[in-house]
Amino acid sequence: MIVIETKNVTKVYEGVVPVTAVDGVSIQIEEGEFTAIVGPSGSGKTTLLNLIGGLDHPTTGEVWIGGKNISHLSKNELIDFRLHHIGFVFQAYNLIPVLSAKENVEFIMLLQKRSKSERISRAKELLKMVGLETRMNNRPGELSGGQQQRVAVARALASKPQFVLADEPTANLDSNSTAQLLDMMHDLNKKEKMTFLFSTHDQRVIDRAERVIMLEDGKVVGSELNG
Amino acid sequence: MMYLKLAWRNIWRNRRRTLITAASVFFAVSLAVLMRSLQHGAYDNMIRNAAGMYLGYVQVHHNGYWNDKSLNNTFTPDEALLKTLDIDPRVSTVVPRLESFALASSGNQTKTALVIGADPSKEASFTQLNKRITQGTYFSAGEDAALLGDELAKNLKLKVGDTLVLLGQGYHGYTAAGKYVIKGLIHFGSPDLNREVVYLPLQTAQLFYTIGNRLTSITLNLFKPKEAEIVARSLSQKLDKKYWEVMDWKQMMPQLEQLIQLDSSGGLVIIGILYLVIAFGVFGTILMMLAERQHEMGILTAIGMKPYKMGWMIFTELVLMVLLGVLAGIIASIPLVTYFKYHPIRITGQAAEAYEHFGLEPIFPFSTNPDIFISQGIVVLIICVMLSFYAWYKILRIDAVESMRM
Ligand SMILES: Nc1ncnc2c1ncn2[C@@H]1O[C@H](COP(=O)(O)OP(=O)(O)OP(=O)(O)O)[C@@H](O)[C@H]1O
Ligand SMILES: [Mg+2]
Repeated sequence: MIVIETKNVTKVYEGVVPVTAVDGVSIQIEEGEFTAIVGPSGSGKTTLLNLIGGLDHPTTGEVWIGGKNISHLSKNELIDFRLHHIGFVFQAYNLIPVLSAKENVEFIMLLQKRSKSERISRAKELLKMVGLETRMNNRPGELSGGQQQRVAVARALASKPQFVLADEPTANLDSNSTAQLLDMMHDLNKKEKMTFLFSTHDQRVIDRAERVIMLEDGKVVGSELNG
Repeated sequence: MMYLKLAWRNIWRNRRRTLITAASVFFAVSLAVLMRSLQHGAYDNMIRNAAGMYLGYVQVHHNGYWNDKSLNNTFTPDEALLKTLDIDPRVSTVVPRLESFALASSGNQTKTALVIGADPSKEASFTQLNKRITQGTYFSAGEDAALLGDELAKNLKLKVGDTLVLLGQGYHGYTAAGKYVIKGLIHFGSPDLNREVVYLPLQTAQLFYTIGNRLTSITLNLFKPKEAEIVARSLSQKLDKKYWEVMDWKQMMPQLEQLIQLDSSGGLVIIGILYLVIAFGVFGTILMMLAERQHEMGILTAIGMKPYKMGWMIFTELVLMVLLGVLAGIIASIPLVTYFKYHPIRITGQAAEAYEHFGLEPIFPFSTNPDIFISQGIVVLIICVMLSFYAWYKILRIDAVESMRM
């Protein structure tokens, strides 16, 4: 089943000199994929992920998520759509600093209006899954960068999304933490059948992806399967 | 609940800023409360002084008496009038009086005197005339006895037990003359009254003026002084305007009313300036909060939090911060205000003389009327709500992608 499909998507940033950040991209992501979008700085990775994640509207073309065209949804409709269908992990500072790891994971379920008992049990379960059962009551400031990213992954999964989008999730991590985070994501991909789409320009991360989509100047210049 | 917890924790992210903001609100509120409490306490005291000492909160006269205070404008209290006054539940005491001027003399001293015929027991319960006795004893109905202002007694070189001679013009031009034993000396805050006043029991005064049972005024004491205006209006509607005039203290003492209005608006201007300064401080806090939370709010929008919820969050934080200052301000000012209510500030010197000249005691008791505290708290919260519109405006147009760049 196709979870993500972009149909000839283009994003032009208007300005004194208009920039075509994403240029006629058509890709399909199947359920259960573990795919990396790679490319040099400025190639349009973030812009493409933002379009797929419903954070931005394409200039032309369409984005389909789970068989639904989201390109024409309003800003408010997109917020709800994101809440219920997409899990996000950003580069850094993903978490609410005054909430503990557990409360951060609970928070997104609170936005979804889930019951308190479900929130608590699922938050615990997920934090256990990402290997943080002993750090549940710590605030982000008391966690390492790698641990914070793992909490962010747990939060992304907590909302039971159709897929998880991660824009350079390892950019601020050392190689050890990078490896750990990827192991963990890969594990979740296998055990929970969670689809992951992430961007990176880190070769070690590229090597761990099952499929790699290459971007250059906003265009897809190649797509290959690893391993 | 989680949102409240979140807001509470958020305000302590920047402990110092929160404390500074709350402290500025604290100072503004406590200053404003102290000031208003002093003003209202002083006004209440002035009104109580002026009205409770003699004039009452509402008076009923024969129509035209106020502008021409002569014995020709007296009236016979008829059943209908007394009944109307008696059944009014807002009226606590009905005090009949007959007042006019006469000459008071002893030996070769003669002074002008304001002769007031008063009902001893009613006067005691309303103006507490009996408590004003400094020497001698209070009088009772029907006695040929007088109470004298202590200054008048001094000027006439009279003391308790001596005889006072009153000479004047009675009703319809009769000559009025009488001799009265001085039963007591009384003291008023007002030097004018001290210098002039002579109290006779009502019937004694009516005999002196040979005026039957006529009166110059009926003075009303009210359970709630604040109702004076309403009571006066409703009474004048019930009574025939041709024969009666009903006045409240504001009409009888327009200067006092104006003085209070003027002073009060001066105070409000100062408080306005105070709050304006505080508003700028709170606004600065809002700007900082929004700026440093930009990235976080971008992330929250991205993961699916609606901006209006963030608006509520920031608003809650703001209200908590300000409320902290408001409550602290109110709590801190309560003991001070209470202290000064029972230990009023007393002014001395020329200012004191000026007050005494107008018949006012030169003291400033503070008012502990809860309205003062509540209204200051509400004003500050309203300011806070208005300032928060800016935060709402900013947050409702937040863009996730742009904010996350910050
Ligand atoms: N808001 C914007 N306004 C104008 N131009 C933009 C904006 N955002 C991105 N761009 C431009 O679009 C192009 C693609 O940017 P994008 O951030 O998607 O690249 P990227 O592949 O994520 O780069 P990096 O690896 O550095 O994160 C760049 O040339 C960038 O300058
Ligand atoms: Mg990028």
